[in-house]
Amino acid sequence: MSFASGAHAVTDPVVEPEFAVRIEHVVKQYVTDGPIVLDDVSLDVRPGEFISLVGASGCGKSTLLNIIVGLDSPTAGVIETSGAPTLMFQEAALMPWLTAGKNVELALLFNGFPRRQRKAKAQELLALVHLERSYDQRPHELSGGMRQRVAIARALAQGRSILLMDEPFAALDAITRDLLHEELTRIWLETGMTIIFVTHNVREAVRLSQRVLLMSSRPGKIIREWNIGGHEPWRLDSPDVANLASEITDELRQEIIRHAN
Amino acid sequence: MPTDPRSSTTTRPADLSALESGLDALETGGRPKPSVKSVFARALSPLIAIAVIILIWEIVFYLQLQPDYIIPGPRQVWDALWQQAEQQILWQSTFNSIRRAAQGFVIALIVATPIGLVLGLNMKLRAIFGPILTGLQVLPSVAWVPAAIIWFGLSDATIYTVVLLGAVPSIANGLIAGIDQIPPIYLRAGQVLGAKGFLRSWHIVLPAAWPGYLAGLEQGWAFAWRSLMAAELIAVSPALGPGLGQMLDVGRTLGDMALVLGSIGMIMAVGILVERVVFAPIRQRTLRNRGLIR
Repeated sequence: MSFASGAHAVTDPVVEPEFAVRIEHVVKQYVTDGPIVLDDVSLDVRPGEFISLVGASGCGKSTLLNIIVGLDSPTAGVIETSGAPTLMFQEAALMPWLTAGKNVELALLFNGFPRRQRKAKAQELLALVHLERSYDQRPHELSGGMRQRVAIARALAQGRSILLMDEPFAALDAITRDLLHEELTRIWLETGMTIIFVTHNVREAVRLSQRVLLMSSRPGKIIREWNIGGHEPWRLDSPDVANLASEITDELRQEIIRHAN
Repeated sequence: MPTDPRSSTTTRPADLSALESGLDALETGGRPKPSVKSVFARALSPLIAIAVIILIWEIVFYLQLQPDYIIPGPRQVWDALWQQAEQQILWQSTFNSIRRAAQGFVIALIVATPIGLVLGLNMKLRAIFGPILTGLQVLPSVAWVPAAIIWFGLSDATIYTVVLLGAVPSIANGLIAGIDQIPPIYLRAGQVLGAKGFLRSWHIVLPAAWPGYLAGLEQGWAFAWRSLMAAELIAVSPALGPGLGQMLDVGRTLGDMALVLGSIGMIMAVGILVERVVFAPIRQRTLRNRGLIR
């Protein structure tokens, strides 16, 4: 396993910032005196790193992503990012009035891409997710997996270096999810993006990421982290994945049991 | 690429691409387009209703329940319209009315859209001005005819004032309803894409609100057409030229029931025609593009 050989490898230690996302003592309460959703969460994500946040319902993992991307603001604490992040949702959230290609072009437009080059660029990005033939198809004509791949192309069109993913594959069938895991890893390696991936699927987290963080629920807090390293997708049937996944799952269950009484 | 023993069985990129293509093909089936025959049949089916109405009418007329000047038969109404057509009044009236309604509608569209957008997006302004808009929508615009005649006399300005006061509130309220019904996920996605200001309104809010907006436009057209007829019926003047409302008024003045019914029929026919030719295709296209119908 080597860290330096991926496309995201550190090239210039002087220019490269030491973090892509820095979260310092972030607290979130929706209502004053209400329940604490996020309780003193601190986290550094290195540039080009792929991390997963795992936790049961109510651990505030989606809230944390919303805060990082700016859809929500923290009650206390500081978020710093090396550049503007983008966010992918559980649903593809493609605009239903636009074709797949035009959806990608919309992101290019807001990214300030010159009008004349938008179509070619959109086709290039769709080709990257193997959807070059779907340019003129409408979202409702695509399968769930295809829609999510268009959403990936759209996120790439924004030209951001940080990608936040909020359970993006949770609604997909097993075959498609498996395929998209490989697809995502390939794109991550090609682009060198920093990815923060939120899931409640432990095996998915272990398979994809270099670091897995377990969050407790109510209040949401990072309680443990596992460093996996590497940058190749692990086979789901590999014994290492199975062992680590069951270790994390045990921990997660302990955390859930804590809420039983 | 470094080899990791744990990943040695990972699919190669070329296979991955083929695998995805296969899956995509399996998950998206082709859908047959509706045949020309079925489209034709659907377009012609309203004729059945018209045939039934004329048949019942003919029977009532045949039974002579009322004298001819109270209930004329279809034939007499047809003759009355034919007579108007021979004197060129029918077509002039119809085209003149359609032109006025269309112009009024376009102006209403231009006025109502910014109002709807602002009130749709700004809750504070909506709390202040929303009730007035609703009040205007509830008020029959014919109520404005006396006021408009006092302000503008028997002129085109009177007619357009009444048409605008009829159509603008409907279009604006339709757009507001459309904005309220936008699934929040599209607005959030737009925010993540960095949509702001005018570009956000143009590329995200208006298209997302389009189904409700379109319903507002249809209703706005209906209100514009009704208001126009009310205005034409009351504001009769040689200076205004012919119109279907005026034709109806002539029928009333002459006690010519056949002409009155013929005029009413023409007013309805124009309404149906515009719905069929203009709005129905746009609505169908919108729903089909968004996957809301086949």
